[in-house]
Amino acid sequence: MKKNDRGKVFNHKNINKFRELGLLGFIIILSIFIQMRNPNYLTLENINDLIKNTAILSILAIGMMMVIITRGIDLSVAATLALSGMITAMTVRSYPSLHPLLTILLGTIIGLFCGAIIGFLVSKMSILPIIATLGMMNIYRGLTYWISGGKWISSYQMSTGFKRIATGSILGINNLIFIAIVLYIVAYYFVNHTRTGRQIYAVGSNPDSAKVSGIKIDKILFLVYSIMGVLAGLSGVLWVSKFASAQSNTATGYELTVIAACIVGGVNIAGGSGKISGIILGSLLLGVLKNALPLIKVSPFWQDAIQGGIILLAVVVSALVKRSVDRNNLIRREV
Amino acid sequence: MENTDLTAEKNFDLKSFFFQWEWVLVLILIIVNFINTYLSPYYLNTYTLLDATMTFLDKAFIVLPMTFVIIFGDIDISVGSTVALSSVVMAVAYNLGMPMSLAIIICLLVGTVCGMINGLLIVKFKELSAVIVTLSTMTLYRGIAYTILEDQAAGGFPEWFTFPGWGYVKGIPFILIVFTIFAIIFALLLHRTTFGRQVYAIGNNAVASRYSGVQVNKIKFIVFTLAGFMSAIAALFLTSRMGSTRPNVALGYELDVIAMVVLGGVSTSGGKGRIIGTILSIFIVGYLRYGLGLINVPAQVILIIIGLLLIFAVMVPNLEKYFKRKKTKKAF
Amino acid sequence: MQKVFAGLICLVLVVSMVLGIGSSVNAAGKYAVIFKSAGNPFGEKLMEGFKDAIEEVGGEAILRAPAQPTAEEQIQMIEQLIAQRVDAIAISANDYDALEPALKKAMSRGIKVVSLDSAVNPQSRHVHVNQADPELIGRVEVQAIYEMIGGEGQIAILSATSQASNQNLWIEWMKKELEKPKYDKVELVKVAYGDDLRDKSVAETEALLKSYPNLKGIIAPTTVGIAAAAKVLTDKGLKGKVQLTGLGLPSEMAEYIKSGVCQWMYLWNPIDLGYLGGYAAHALVTGEITGEPGDTFVAGKLGEKEVIQAGEGTEIMLGAPFKFDASNIDEWKDVY
Repeated sequence: MKKNDRGKVFNHKNINKFRELGLLGFIIILSIFIQMRNPNYLTLENINDLIKNTAILSILAIGMMMVIITRGIDLSVAATLALSGMITAMTVRSYPSLHPLLTILLGTIIGLFCGAIIGFLVSKMSILPIIATLGMMNIYRGLTYWISGGKWISSYQMSTGFKRIATGSILGINNLIFIAIVLYIVAYYFVNHTRTGRQIYAVGSNPDSAKVSGIKIDKILFLVYSIMGVLAGLSGVLWVSKFASAQSNTATGYELTVIAACIVGGVNIAGGSGKISGIILGSLLLGVLKNALPLIKVSPFWQDAIQGGIILLAVVVSALVKRSVDRNNLIRREV
Repeated sequence: MENTDLTAEKNFDLKSFFFQWEWVLVLILIIVNFINTYLSPYYLNTYTLLDATMTFLDKAFIVLPMTFVIIFGDIDISVGSTVALSSVVMAVAYNLGMPMSLAIIICLLVGTVCGMINGLLIVKFKELSAVIVTLSTMTLYRGIAYTILEDQAAGGFPEWFTFPGWGYVKGIPFILIVFTIFAIIFALLLHRTTFGRQVYAIGNNAVASRYSGVQVNKIKFIVFTLAGFMSAIAALFLTSRMGSTRPNVALGYELDVIAMVVLGGVSTSGGKGRIIGTILSIFIVGYLRYGLGLINVPAQVILIIIGLLLIFAVMVPNLEKYFKRKKTKKAF
Repeated sequence: MQKVFAGLICLVLVVSMVLGIGSSVNAAGKYAVIFKSAGNPFGEKLMEGFKDAIEEVGGEAILRAPAQPTAEEQIQMIEQLIAQRVDAIAISANDYDALEPALKKAMSRGIKVVSLDSAVNPQSRHVHVNQADPELIGRVEVQAIYEMIGGEGQIAILSATSQASNQNLWIEWMKKELEKPKYDKVELVKVAYGDDLRDKSVAETEALLKSYPNLKGIIAPTTVGIAAAAKVLTDKGLKGKVQLTGLGLPSEMAEYIKSGVCQWMYLWNPIDLGYLGGYAAHALVTGEITGEPGDTFVAGKLGEKEVIQAGEGTEIMLGAPFKFDASNIDEWKDVY
């Protein structure tokens, strides 16, 4: 009896691990294949580029994961990113001497503000997240066009310090990557080891019982959308600094990429589950595809089809892996 | 303030709420038309009003099956790509020398097959939600369209093919007539058949409805197939309006369509909503855009107005709830 | 529920009042211009030029641009302009063919149609205002990169979307220029598409550099692409090793032209282009020209312009592409 119990616990852990292992294995096989086609793939330079280009996506994925865990969705992230990037860039244009850290702070505050509005609409006004964020997406995007007056902020209008945010490095690691790593560590601690973090999962997996057990659902919802806003605002600054240009149509449609990274990473759209390690892998898979498809000399016209096919394959494979593990467990239990 | 929608919805009288919700939509529609008339001297004549429908009804065909999908609590974001793929295949088939009628049938077939693939994947892999499946096929379908046409456009359709998108029957746009027919069919299907009741049942509780004998898989499959088929219908009208096609047509249609459905009072958490609501919201959004266009409001301002409409339309009924709750709380 | 209704009515009324929309005054003719998408500095300047021209002739200018660069949205706008009974529409098209039914409908209602910047097919316009000869644009860019890389080596093209008609036409001419024996030692290895998105253009540029380690030069005939490529070359310290030219906005490229990452590039003046478009539309409406080859009209400060035959259609040429280099970039970077 005792033995049996232990087996169960062990297997239960395994299931979750297996899903990620499946994804990891998939990425490795894909990488081997790409490496055979182009030996420049697994070079230090390319891996650095790959991770650097994936950093912003992965930062946004943290916030999106929390939102999806509470059974929500945030379609406004790209618009928030553009708005924060544009306002920050315009500020930098007017005050070139502004310290880079202050610009990051400014973008983050703008993002917090955007996110808090959505959090208010969702938690206090009981508006469905998809409607609230779809509406605010239009509004934030429209505002970005409006305040910029159709102009772009270009490289020469930005201070060197501001551009260094994305190109500089700390301890030999590019700032973007460094920021992403720090955020991941914080997020890992937050969702797994703090009371509030665990409450996010509770709200998502069973709102009724979460409420009964005294969790303030309103506060949790408000919190996750605010966090999402903060991360989107921060990403806006990083984005503008990285590309040294702010446009009003920055990152149009990027919200779907962020959601894709989460979903591929195993975050359940029905809420309640999702892991930090999963979204790292999810972002990584999308990053690998974006980096590698131009590298293996396929026709550019095939890139979309291949990308769609691989994402579909990845999710089907990980579903199958999980299914076979589940089935094995059932058999074992019956025995 | 601990009373959130999650529990509030259960005590809510569904019927009376939706009765009211559709009246709100009717009211918004009247206001939109009133303002448009006030602002633009060109707006209020039957000719303009009918002509305007041509500019927004192509998407509306997808709104109908999307209502079903969202009543399930699912979502289909591959519709825009399905439009592109079926349109591209039709054009290529015609340019390969097939008669136009056959090309049209192929277009409808491609759309249907796209929908079937979605449905099949969703039904066979229960671990995968509809979002994840259609998110992948969204990239895939458009990707296939790119591999077929690459950087080319295809067109040169026969003269009569401009009729679906631009033609009139007795002064009424053809597209409006076809849409009305489809709208009636979908309304009957949802509100007057067992099939429709089962759609609601699945949306309310998929597991319970399976135990009570609803063939969840079959119904889901049919609905996603319908979404594909209607996307192909939309593709026909869109292609007719453009006279040629490219792999990048109908970009971003999915979000427009979903916005119209949710504005129509269909809840994304499933089980609620009526066709009449979504039809009203098609005309609200369509006429609002058209009217703002007539007075040359910049695109960015239109974006903001549509966003505000979406949020306020949903927030205003909730506002009353919100204040009531505050009051009761104070009373304690 | 009454409160709700009342609230809604107030809300919508307030919104419309805040926007300050009044009914428009009819002036001596209404001229509309539709650009590809909103929020594009090139387009803003083009529309500004159009407006200047229309105001000079005493007409009313309507400036429109869809939120997304799609033909679908432009069709809607054309319909709205038809309903407003404008006298002429000038359009920078998102699709060469797809606007044909809409523009034909406009023409059948007596509206004059001018395409500018990005053309529509000859059946759906009266005349096209061409910023510069596409043949010249294609050839001059190849000549530029030839000079920069010292006459031999691998080159690549970083374009906008694979559907962009302007870019595709220019690339065709680039390829024709490359067929000349002079370019025997120049090899075009790839045409990549950055879709006019920053992130994709950067990823594509990086991939070009890695897939073709001996790459000597990149031609990017699109404003987003060239700026993204310049940024990558700057960050990777490849100045002087990989050359870059193409078509770019002076403001976006100012820094890179001064640093030498991109020695020179080309573009035309969008203000003049819009201005010429405005005068061409006006000349069509007054009947000064009909869009037939040989017609001439005076385009304000630009002087006399002639309609010429080009392919199956007719066009009016603005001039040669303008060359931006370190010596003149400072004058232009604040303009557009």
